[in-house]
Amino acid sequence: MTTAAPINTPALPADWRDFYALTKPRVMSLVIFTGLCGLLAAPGSINPIIGFTAILCIALGAGGAATLNQWWEADLDAGMKRTAGRPIPAGRMKPTDARDFGIALSVGSVLIMGLGVGWLAASILLVSIIYYAVIYTIWLKPRTPQNIVIGGGAGAFPPMIGWVAVTGDITLMPVLLFAIIFMWTPPHFWALALFIKSDYAKVGIPMMPVVRGQVSTRRQIFVYSLLLVPVAAAPWFIGGTGAIYGVTALVLSLIFLALSVSVATRISADGDAMKPEKRMFAFSIIYLFALFAALVVDRVAAYQGFVT
Amino acid sequence: MTPEEQTEFRRRQKSRNMMLGGVLVFFAILFYAITIVRIGD
Repeated sequence: MTTAAPINTPALPADWRDFYALTKPRVMSLVIFTGLCGLLAAPGSINPIIGFTAILCIALGAGGAATLNQWWEADLDAGMKRTAGRPIPAGRMKPTDARDFGIALSVGSVLIMGLGVGWLAASILLVSIIYYAVIYTIWLKPRTPQNIVIGGGAGAFPPMIGWVAVTGDITLMPVLLFAIIFMWTPPHFWALALFIKSDYAKVGIPMMPVVRGQVSTRRQIFVYSLLLVPVAAAPWFIGGTGAIYGVTALVLSLIFLALSVSVATRISADGDAMKPEKRMFAFSIIYLFALFAALVVDRVAAYQGFVT
Repeated sequence: MTPEEQTEFRRRQKSRNMMLGGVLVFFAILFYAITIVRIGD
């Protein structure tokens, strides 16, 4: 029996590298890092094999959610230069293969997390996958310019899951770690969106600089950066960390705020070099890595008795 | 399918099978290790 092949259906089976590419490995590296920091900074101890399993499951879950995101958005990706080369729009893989792979990764990661580490961590992992793949990708991303704010929530789960894998309960500290990434994501992404001419508008995704204009976007970058200062320092204020983290968080957040002021107080014209925006975006990545590294250093220092 | 496509088909099939085999071996070892750790709890 022969059936008419839909457009872009590959004649050959997909290469395993295309399956790997679906998991967005670069995004995954940040997920692994923040998840690991949450795990290392949590009070208590965890068997290294169980800890490894927890991080592996966080990575697999993030990969599954990213895969489902690309399956759902394949037609949008095909219309944008940056994403047209992804495995599904490029015609290297059947969409159903990607969907099944995404579901297998998602379900597998939650089950292994539940059986190997704990069901609370597994439940939060499941919520994070549904949050990203369904609430963000399918529901809110095409509907509101606040999509990045909501999407930031998905990226904010890993440190919380890492923490809960160790402690087995949800306290204020993992919620604060969640809040830090939640507040950090909008200025991080909008700084990028200001200087990258993306074609989101062409495929009907309402990105903030396109929908509300750059004045509003710049103002909101400042507001989130301002809110980030107390949120980032809150773990110290509530006594969850020591001064190593607290001072680092305050210094980093104030630099971040200063950079956001230089972004918020200007308007760019065509041909602008966009230096403040690029500087802020570059620093935002250093900021998150340094902040979470400080969290771990603080915990290790306290554990070793270097500080009280 | 042309002979070239046939060769490419086999190559991809083989590399996928090798990768899947590796993943299965990895998880078999991981589950064994988790079981040993959990028994000790």
